[in-house]
Amino acid sequence: MSLIDIRRVFTQVEDIWHEGGPRAEHPLRRGAIAAVLTNPFAGRYEPDILPMMEALNPVGLDMARRLLAAMAVPAEAIQGYGKGAIIGAAGELEHGALWHVPGGYAMRELLGWKGDAAAYKAGQGGAPTGQRGNALAIVPSTKKVGPPGATLDVPLTHINASYVRSHFDAFEVRVPGAPRPDELVLVLAMSCGPRVHARVGGLAADAIAQWDGQR
Amino acid sequence: MPADIRKLVVQVDEIRREMGRDVNPPTRRALAIAVIANPFAGRYVENLDALIAIGEELGGLLGEKCVQALGIAPGQAQSYGKAAIVGEAGELEHAAAILHPKLGAPLRKAVEKGAALVPSAKKQGGVGTAIDVPLGHKDAAFVRSHFDAIEARVSDAPRAHEIVVAVAVTDSGRPLPRVGGLQAHEIVGQDGLR
Repeated sequence: MSLIDIRRVFTQVEDIWHEGGPRAEHPLRRGAIAAVLTNPFAGRYEPDILPMMEALNPVGLDMARRLLAAMAVPAEAIQGYGKGAIIGAAGELEHGALWHVPGGYAMRELLGWKGDAAAYKAGQGGAPTGQRGNALAIVPSTKKVGPPGATLDVPLTHINASYVRSHFDAFEVRVPGAPRPDELVLVLAMSCGPRVHARVGGLAADAIAQWDGQR
Repeated sequence: MPADIRKLVVQVDEIRREMGRDVNPPTRRALAIAVIANPFAGRYVENLDALIAIGEELGGLLGEKCVQALGIAPGQAQSYGKAAIVGEAGELEHAAAILHPKLGAPLRKAVEKGAALVPSAKKQGGVGTAIDVPLGHKDAAFVRSHFDAIEARVSDAPRAHEIVVAVAVTDSGRPLPRVGGLQAHEIVGQDGLR
């Protein structure tokens, strides 16, 4: 049997015009997609879980494409991203860690990252080149074990430089009724700009200079 | 005066499998939610016409957003529902003004026809309050396979002076309906019930 058994797909897109301050001419658009799938390792300790990581690669790419389509913007419009996982109660936190590579790689490839896919999977994909590029920054993440309807605050940072202060954000994601104990909720999130009233200084997106994924 | 919309949230919930069985075609439920300023927060106002007009505006806007998110022709919509959460500085009647007098007509236009009552729910709540939006078949309220609900929640709303307004539209009933009753293919669709 395939390791991948998706029960449900949940997408959410929001437009934010203001938060009590001046109304933005173009609202901030943020989106998240969550796949609810069977955790093939629920209920037992399985030492070798890596085959699932491999099996999740096409799932990640499909989710990233679906999310971009739901947000109805070109890939160039995406400025922030993040990912996360909620593991049902019969699983362990480590099962959520399976999402790090497939989830991160999926969005970065979609957004134009030109690195080495094999190196990425070996954990060395972020080696900085100092050259201008896209999706250079690590994809921030969070994970937890939770009951059906658990909320997950998915962190968001700028796709090219993690220290861009205006783009530090988080997107609360929650699928009512999921995960069941033997399920995983895997999440990707993307945003099209800074916080709607960003004004606490720090590195600005137009001041990215080192192209090392951080500054 | 048009609604002062702070935030618009659109969700699609697609169910492909349930209890290990394929749901074919998958059920899809869309939810469109507007977070708006409550023009009457903090005081008693007798005449609620401004909120009634906002309800009319949002019925069309949110209904169309749902149909668009589902990627269907309006006539393919099968069930609908509506709900509102009033922030702490408002009153329950503000939700009633938005939902009941005029929201339905433009929503029905967005989903084509809609002979049946649009089922509704309302409450007061704080930031992050969830509301279960009831769902019923749009042309015949007795269709048992389409009695359902979808949970609506915006993590940072409603603030005290806001109202969360939600409209749900589906292109399907429950994932594996098998409790009998009136079937969707048996309806006449004239009297709103059968």
